[in-house]
Amino acid sequence: MLLKAAVVGVALIASAVGAQAQSKETVKIAFIGPLSGGNSAAGVGGRNSAALAVNLRNDNPSSKYKYELVALDDECKPNVGIQVATRAATDRHIVAGVTHYCSAVAIAAVDVYHRFGMPAVVWGAILPAITYGNDYKEIHRVNGSMLDETAVATDFLTKQGYKKWVIVHDTTDYGNGLLKFFQEKIAKTDGQIIGTFGVGADQQDFSAELLKIKEAKPQIVVFAGLTPLGVRVRSQMERLGVNIQFAGVSGIMSTSYLEALGPTAEATIAFHNGAPAETLPGGKKFVDDYQKAAFKDPAEPYGPYAYVAADLIMSAIEKVGPDRKKVLDVLNATKGYPSIAGPITFDDHRNNSVASTKYVAQDGRWVRWEDSEYASGKRQIKIAKD
Amino acid sequence: MAILFEYFFNGAVLGIMYALVAVGFTLFFGVLDVIKFSHGDVLTLGAFSGLVAFLALQLTGLDLPVIGLVIVLVAACIVTGLVGAAIGQFFVIPMRNSSAFNILLMTLMIGTAIREAIRLFYPTGANPKAFPALLPNSPVEIGGVFLRLDSLILLALGFAIVFLTHWLIRHTKLGLAIRAVAQDGDTAQVMGIPFKQTVLATFALGSMLAGIAGVMHGIYYSEINFGVGLLLGIIGFSAAVLGGLGSIWGAIIGGFAFAALQTIWVVLFPDASGYRDVFAFAAIIVAMTIFPTGIIAERYSERV
Repeated sequence: MLLKAAVVGVALIASAVGAQAQSKETVKIAFIGPLSGGNSAAGVGGRNSAALAVNLRNDNPSSKYKYELVALDDECKPNVGIQVATRAATDRHIVAGVTHYCSAVAIAAVDVYHRFGMPAVVWGAILPAITYGNDYKEIHRVNGSMLDETAVATDFLTKQGYKKWVIVHDTTDYGNGLLKFFQEKIAKTDGQIIGTFGVGADQQDFSAELLKIKEAKPQIVVFAGLTPLGVRVRSQMERLGVNIQFAGVSGIMSTSYLEALGPTAEATIAFHNGAPAETLPGGKKFVDDYQKAAFKDPAEPYGPYAYVAADLIMSAIEKVGPDRKKVLDVLNATKGYPSIAGPITFDDHRNNSVASTKYVAQDGRWVRWEDSEYASGKRQIKIAKD
Repeated sequence: MAILFEYFFNGAVLGIMYALVAVGFTLFFGVLDVIKFSHGDVLTLGAFSGLVAFLALQLTGLDLPVIGLVIVLVAACIVTGLVGAAIGQFFVIPMRNSSAFNILLMTLMIGTAIREAIRLFYPTGANPKAFPALLPNSPVEIGGVFLRLDSLILLALGFAIVFLTHWLIRHTKLGLAIRAVAQDGDTAQVMGIPFKQTVLATFALGSMLAGIAGVMHGIYYSEINFGVGLLLGIIGFSAAVLGGLGSIWGAIIGGFAFAALQTIWVVLFPDASGYRDVFAFAAIIVAMTIFPTGIIAERYSERV
């Protein structure tokens, strides 16, 4: 699988580069994300977006190097993630990496990058501890953290009148982290969490948990986990007649959530650090280029950030050459770097804060809340009853 | 009160699926004293063959309501029955005089091979697959109790299969042969019972039950993935051991007991719901120390 993913990634670039730029030195950068498994839609979207950045850079005659993207599959599993991270970090030809969508994997892999001194730019994982839990100069993040996401979610949902919450979270670092921040944020509002349910990341049956929720009569079920689990929870709510508004975090915001649930997905609320690609400062160019490249799969919401991460790394390499230490220094000092997702500025822990966006599932698409028929009053989300 | 019934009902659907898997383990152990750990992955194979059959029906435009379900079930049964018999013929019977440990390890590896083969050879097999809704899913509300019609039908189907299996074992010639081989294979052979055919038939029968459980699982959760058999196999095996390996009713009791343990934990300790499998398996360990030969102990009951 790994090898296959890598070959596909390399082939994507090779085909675009063609015979051009033969004389330039080849520089490799890694892309790591879930290319198989339940979260592969997000991973493949990120891989394509990073490949797009690489292709555009290679097409540019003024670039000093020929870039090659080595795509590796972490399967969204920490143990696999550490293996592929080690593989990338120990390969001296790989200068830096666009790394990880799953927080549980990213947090496990940061030590590897630190030990081998490989600069890594996180493109999709949002656990704050990835950057704030250590002081590793190698680890950067362009896509913001769950601090941004939970702040917007708590504020929005309580203002919509949802004061009694139940949180269903997976028991990985990702779900547990989200739970902690929701608890902190809601304490400052007039809302309250009347129940929390930790569930296994591979759990299949939620009937007992959901019936307990039905009994507790919350106004909203907030899900803190990833797509495969979110799909199961939402579809079993329907089976058990738990007729309560459902909201999720960015982990469920993928096209596979909509495809797997069909009409059941309608009116699911979600929050995401990525704004719709079209609304980003350089979004139109990204969308057009992505379409032109004719990838089979969509970019997914975090795709633009994978593009930005790859672009940031290549800009640094252009400046100081393919040397890990020098690239690291340039990345560390990033301030106001103009990217398609707006200016990128790393704080003292090399994290770039973003403003989260609110979404709602409408007719099988994720629509920005402000643009939706739910915000205009044409359709109704489930009303918060006491 | 209504909610209590809902817990009971949904726990029962879970229980019947566990029970169908457990009955398979019990049948294999009954006739040949073997533990076949590939059973859970045979279940996955059944679910995937059902899905393939449905997709084929869809292509030919024959995905009609009742016929669709029947064909999916039949396809799952044929594939799992053949695979089960093949595992018996080529791996278990030739090895039956070696230690039980070897057979256990071998079937464990066969299971892994099946699982990985599905992951690698089914198109994007690592991703969860949506399973078609083959049953009407209209909601049924009786006295404040919310159920869905397909859940009800699945539960009824599960019970029907269990009773059919029991009838087959008790009241048919094949069942008589299975029971005879289970009691004493050598003597049964002397009495003119075809030993090998009987064993293979048992393997096919047990594996078909797993195939049906796989399809039920797919319909109930509207989704299947290549790894479903792993945990289901372990739960089914624990249920069979709890009930008393070798006894059909024991396996059924074990299956329901396991589902009940999972449900009760979440109802009592909702804040610690993540520990439900820890609790259920721990309870099984305790139960095994109290009833070392299972709830329906072998010395009181006839095998199979």
